[in-house]
Amino acid sequence: MSTPASGIATKQLTYAQAIRDAHAIALEHDPAVYLLGLGSPDPKGVFGTTAGLAEEFGAARVQDMPTAESGMTGVAIGTAISGMRPVMSHIRVEFALLAVEQIVNQAAKWRYMFGGQMHCPLVIRMLVGRGWGQGPQHSQNLESWFAHMPGLSVVAPTTPADAKGLLVHAILENDDPVVFIEHRWLHGIRGDVPEGYHSTPFGQARVARDGCDLTIVSSSYMTLEALRAAEHLAQAGIDVEVIDLRTLRPLDSETILESVGRTGRVIVTDNSWRTGGFAGEVTAIIAEQAFGSLLTAPRRLAMPDVPVPTSPALAQFAYPRARDIVALAAEMLDARERVEALEPLPEPKHLDQPDPSFVGPF
Amino acid sequence: MAELELYRQMARIREVEERISARYGEWEMRCPVHLATGQEAVPAGFCAALADGDKVLGAHRSHGHYLAKGGSMNRMLAELYGKATGCSAGKGGSMHLVDLDAGFVAATPVIGSTIAIAVGVAFAAQMRGDGTVTVNFFGDAATEEGIFQESLAFAALKRLPMVFVCENNLYSCFSPLEVRQAPERDLLALARANGIAAASGDGNDVDEVHGLAVEAVQRARSGGGPTLLEFATYRWREHCGPNADTDIPYRPPGEFEDWTARDPVVTYRRRLLDGGHATAHALDAVDAEIAAEVDEAVRFAQESPFPAPEEFATDVYAR
Repeated sequence: MSTPASGIATKQLTYAQAIRDAHAIALEHDPAVYLLGLGSPDPKGVFGTTAGLAEEFGAARVQDMPTAESGMTGVAIGTAISGMRPVMSHIRVEFALLAVEQIVNQAAKWRYMFGGQMHCPLVIRMLVGRGWGQGPQHSQNLESWFAHMPGLSVVAPTTPADAKGLLVHAILENDDPVVFIEHRWLHGIRGDVPEGYHSTPFGQARVARDGCDLTIVSSSYMTLEALRAAEHLAQAGIDVEVIDLRTLRPLDSETILESVGRTGRVIVTDNSWRTGGFAGEVTAIIAEQAFGSLLTAPRRLAMPDVPVPTSPALAQFAYPRARDIVALAAEMLDARERVEALEPLPEPKHLDQPDPSFVGPF
Repeated sequence: MAELELYRQMARIREVEERISARYGEWEMRCPVHLATGQEAVPAGFCAALADGDKVLGAHRSHGHYLAKGGSMNRMLAELYGKATGCSAGKGGSMHLVDLDAGFVAATPVIGSTIAIAVGVAFAAQMRGDGTVTVNFFGDAATEEGIFQESLAFAALKRLPMVFVCENNLYSCFSPLEVRQAPERDLLALARANGIAAASGDGNDVDEVHGLAVEAVQRARSGGGPTLLEFATYRWREHCGPNADTDIPYRPPGEFEDWTARDPVVTYRRRLLDGGHATAHALDAVDAEIAAEVDEAVRFAQESPFPAPEEFATDVYAR
């Protein structure tokens, strides 16, 4: 624990521990909060994010559930419109797809379709990921689908502090349904996390790195790749700004436009496929509202439009990474020679794990 | 007296639905309507067994459930007319009814979807220990959805204070039961296999509906867990819209005539007269009161203002 000049005590936590911390604070703070998810109270505790909470707060507050995602989402909605504040978790976004009817037709529209008489404060955690042979049905990042939907908020934090702050805000301070995206490759990263009640409002992007030559807009895990690329490009004298969106909906377009207005060049990364992806939305906003500031065409960096294969020999082509960002930035800045003269960006030995310390489960 | 109230509830649902049919062609009610004409006995008989604080959720064909639970007729008609005074402020229409004061929590039209939400309402009631019972009305098609099974299983697991009410009107849009369900399929056995008490009855006989409802509600309220009730009934008008559809050859010959001969309102009126429970004079007086009530609801709806343009984008989020 340390107490910086700001006076807010912080503690080094992993992203998963920060999520657990947010859960504990929410459960402590409001008796209407309860957690619901397959395995929530089990000894593994959804990769540690609910570990020990059932023992601390009781089985009624941290509930397991039948393997019935659609029905149980309806149940959670029914309790939310009756005054509870459920937090549902899915260990893979793919399982939440069984509940899309409930999320899209019911939760997202409940307030609107009854003329504002009821609200539906439901948080749905969806874990996403990449690598380790997750294959076609355990590897998707579908946040752009949910971000399409009026009535939903979509949150995709990168840092442990933001994971805690945004989850506390989602559970306790937000009265509408929230899709909370957690990337499995972030669960193990560490960072300073404010202790006690700490909430981060939606709709405010974080400038993860200041720069003046080029802007990278990213979210969730891709922010780490963007920062890696930015550090590498700095060695060639290229000064990159990295914007971490934190929430896709509501979107902080002001911060994006302000940055692009200064740099004139922008790469928008996406954790998912190119066609119809969220990077396309951000790029469109830039094209519509910052056209005059652009020195080069805005560019997207997303997954090729192919399902993710299992073999590492093939999966290496599925995911964009820092190396791809570096190459694209060099092209946009007409600085290929300078960048290629650098010691190459170190590549991990295995592309299907975030770092050698991360050995799963994925 | 209770008999007269059962009659009144059925007759007013009939009158509202028939008035909607008659006036729909004026193009002032500009939303789809799924009318419950012919299906009045289940909502009337069932809701008479509920307490004020009990909760009801419906689906797409829920005018009757809303009215029988005590939902405001004026505000329902205004909702169909798209007015600011509508029960959903003009944002929902016929398929999105609500009257929280009356305990009518919600109706939404995607088949089977509110079954799980109703289970959640019952789950919240159990967690709070408030002693209320939650009821969900749905049709035979909803029992074909996966979410129906998921909902039954969880309600049984938690022994929730809940009644599932299936109004089996034989059709999903135009598709009859025999193209959708094997002849051996036994809905009550499905419920029982999940650990849920189950019974069936004549959905055109309001007394029979009421008797089964009293028993199921009592079981739910006393901690005996959920019940599924299946009632056989029949839709007189087209799946969606104000018209008769006997000109379309999808109902077997004679079926429509057999069911309309067992008109739940007329049958019950005759029973009250034959049994000496009510005089023709008293029943006529009820009919006249209903006609005036519906006149007033239509007037209220027609004279109410439309929502202001700025309401278009309100209530998407809390802030």
